[in-house]
Amino acid sequence: MTTQEILDQLPYGKSFLFVDELLHVDENGAKGTYTYLKDLPFYEGHFKNYPLTPAVILTETMAQIGLVCLGIYLLRNIKTDQNISLAMTSNTVDFLKPVGPGEQVTVTSEKVYFRFNKLSCKVKMENAAGEVVCKGNISGMLISKENGE
Amino acid sequence: MNKEEIIEVLKTIIEPYSEEVTALAHIDENTDFINDLKINSANLVDIVLDVEEKFNIEIDNDSMAKMLTVKATTEIIAQKLEAHAG
Repeated sequence: MTTQEILDQLPYGKSFLFVDELLHVDENGAKGTYTYLKDLPFYEGHFKNYPLTPAVILTETMAQIGLVCLGIYLLRNIKTDQNISLAMTSNTVDFLKPVGPGEQVTVTSEKVYFRFNKLSCKVKMENAAGEVVCKGNISGMLISKENGE
Repeated sequence: MNKEEIIEVLKTIIEPYSEEVTALAHIDENTDFINDLKINSANLVDIVLDVEEKFNIEIDNDSMAKMLTVKATTEIIAQKLEAHAG
């Protein structure tokens, strides 16, 4: 399965897609990048006259690259017509440095376990300088649209 | 390990995953994880992983699918422990 095939299977629309490139994926983890363009709508309000990337968006970016891309790869051999997605079920994340508009980040995930369709990963995000901006554990249940609940 | 002992250990595993105080206080064989304890599918996986660790057994997909009540879970744990011992 190529990284492009994984990107094509992501269930997000343009306004909520936080993956630009998937650099690498294997059984044990995924690595990818995303650049927060300056004109993303949330910067207007978070915060007034002081744009910073919201922590929930950083978490979502870590989940999309680290968990969902990896999950699609792990389920590559399961034949299904349904789109595979992932519902985030828990996360504990530490936010160490702010991420401003225009910054590119790199997300790296490491699988902790994948059992009974639950994927749990250790995920970290680094800025262009290679500094860790946030890190933590994120888990989710893989679901196909048909039996999604 | 007899059935009562298994249930006692199971109780301590389940407790952190449910907010249903009354149902937790009255756990018995008939307690249903989803209907009585309102445990979601993601936390059911955590419970099964904790069961594996605590009892030192391995739970396969078919067993996992059956583990929806205290009774069914206790039976599966007892079976696996027996297979382990034999």
